[in-house]
Amino acid sequence: MKAPAPNPHRAVHKMTKYQVRKIINYVNLSASIVVTLFGLAMLAWILTVLFGKGFHYLNWAVFSQMTPPPGESGGLLNAIVGTLALTFLAVLIGTPIGIMAGTYLAEFGMKSKFSSVVRFINDVLLSAPSIVVGVFVYTLVVAPSGHFSGWAGAIALSILVIPVVVRTTEDMLKLVPIPMREAAAALGAPRYKVTISIVYKAALSGMITGVLLATARIMGETAPLLFTALNNQFWSVDMNQPIANMPVVIYQYALSPYEDWQNLAWAGALLITISVLLMNIMARYTLKSPTSR
Amino acid sequence: MATPEEQMALHRQLHAKSTGVLLDKLFKGSAFSFAALVLIVLFGMMLMLLKEAWPTFAHFGFGFFISSDWDVVNNKYGALIPIVGTLVTSLIAVVIGVPVSFGIAIFITMMAPAWMKRPVGIAIELLAAVPSIIYGMWGLFYFAPWFANYIQPFMTNTLGELPILGQFFQGPPIGVSIFTAGVVLAIMIIPFIASVMRDMFEIVPTTLKESAFAMGSTTWEVIWKVVLPYTKSGVVGGVILGLGRAMGETMAVAFVVGNSLELNTGLFYPGATIASTMANEFNEASGLHMSSLIALGLILFVITFLVLSIAKWFLMMLERAHEGTGT
Repeated sequence: MKAPAPNPHRAVHKMTKYQVRKIINYVNLSASIVVTLFGLAMLAWILTVLFGKGFHYLNWAVFSQMTPPPGESGGLLNAIVGTLALTFLAVLIGTPIGIMAGTYLAEFGMKSKFSSVVRFINDVLLSAPSIVVGVFVYTLVVAPSGHFSGWAGAIALSILVIPVVVRTTEDMLKLVPIPMREAAAALGAPRYKVTISIVYKAALSGMITGVLLATARIMGETAPLLFTALNNQFWSVDMNQPIANMPVVIYQYALSPYEDWQNLAWAGALLITISVLLMNIMARYTLKSPTSR
Repeated sequence: MATPEEQMALHRQLHAKSTGVLLDKLFKGSAFSFAALVLIVLFGMMLMLLKEAWPTFAHFGFGFFISSDWDVVNNKYGALIPIVGTLVTSLIAVVIGVPVSFGIAIFITMMAPAWMKRPVGIAIELLAAVPSIIYGMWGLFYFAPWFANYIQPFMTNTLGELPILGQFFQGPPIGVSIFTAGVVLAIMIIPFIASVMRDMFEIVPTTLKESAFAMGSTTWEVIWKVVLPYTKSGVVGGVILGLGRAMGETMAVAFVVGNSLELNTGLFYPGATIASTMANEFNEASGLHMSSLIALGLILFVITFLVLSIAKWFLMMLERAHEGTGT
């Protein structure tokens, strides 16, 4: 295609093909800048609202008092502890399962049919609606036992942890060079030892990243806890009973007509967002730290 | 990556050692059973939901899918309104979200100066990390009122006057509606789609782009005629992935959709999605009501399963197409 130089005399009557192309180019690229600004503006709006409202209502009572009855002031202590307990347990259950399954895919199964099915199903679970996981655990644990419980919540969250850990473990183990395994094998190390003391060691920071990402993902999850851990207005760390947790408290308080509750919901929303963002930043940092590989 | 021969050789080498053979078997066996557990979880989910939803399917038959009755008092249930609500909100999300994500991906990969790429990329990814309940609160208390006051009257006065399409842009000015839910979902899925597109655009070989530039193409022509064709199945996969996410999203939608199970053509009327109906009614439900809610969950699971499978298939196509090109 020829691109004749723009001729000022001709351009008055009719635009050259080249000019039309340039205009299309400018219009579309400007549109890209506009939509990027739109995305950043939305982020700024959400964060401004969250930080403004959140810090305004954040005080010592939030960390030292229990969730209050309607119309009274109080804190979120039991919900904070509940969320920490649920997250900790879920990661504790989900991580070993995820690491072992990921190890199988990277070290044993590789290109077998079984592995590709597992890989596919794992990717589906990775994006499966979390509310469906909640219903599943409801039918599995809550309905047979007859009551909501912390354990049910932890199991639901652990089902969300597993696919994240499987995925990152497999990806990270695959990055470990084959000769490292061969070198260890040549020295007479049995295979489990090769995996545990050579491959895991080389891939450790990547595997930790996966666990951190999984933690970040479940900390703010609300939907699966609605039908499992439910909520508890009082102090309780009994995993056999319903347990208070930040996301469900935020959900109930934000939609309540009481101003004190709504304010607490904003403080809680800020806390949970900061924790999730911190986890994400830590995950990035771990992956880039000099100890990796 | 080693070839299968190399891996087989390694395998035999390792097995030759007599020590630790038992531990080896134990290790491999447990790794295998945990991998199998991933499958069991998925099929367990399907089976348990099907079992619990069965009373509803047995009672209403196929009518459950096409009835718009959701009447708790008379114990009559039909899934049409939540299903349509789910499809419409996620469609709105994709229609708004895809062009925006495309623009963002273009800006980051093709236009931004080097010092700007990382900060903008990280900022967009931060949007993805914010828990969905925060989107819900922001949507209900800030976005919905703003939308009802400024954007909705404008849309009703312009688009609402159109001959046939006009009926879709009607509704009360209360802010919570199917359309608001779609917009909030769009903002939630933009980071996902944008980062998939950005990753795709970055794998396009520089020589390919530079050849097009050398032929006299404008930046837009390089994007539209070189970058996009090269990455199209990945881009489509990313978009469908975003669609799947929008369909299953619960909390953000539960806040802004209005939770009304009445059939309206206007997008500005309150509505409901499968996930929001479940979040709202589950804890007060029992018997047939509970079974119907679980049936809704099963429908959502099956729909998202299909959507995600299609997305995965497109992404696999891209991998296969570029396997030999060294990218």
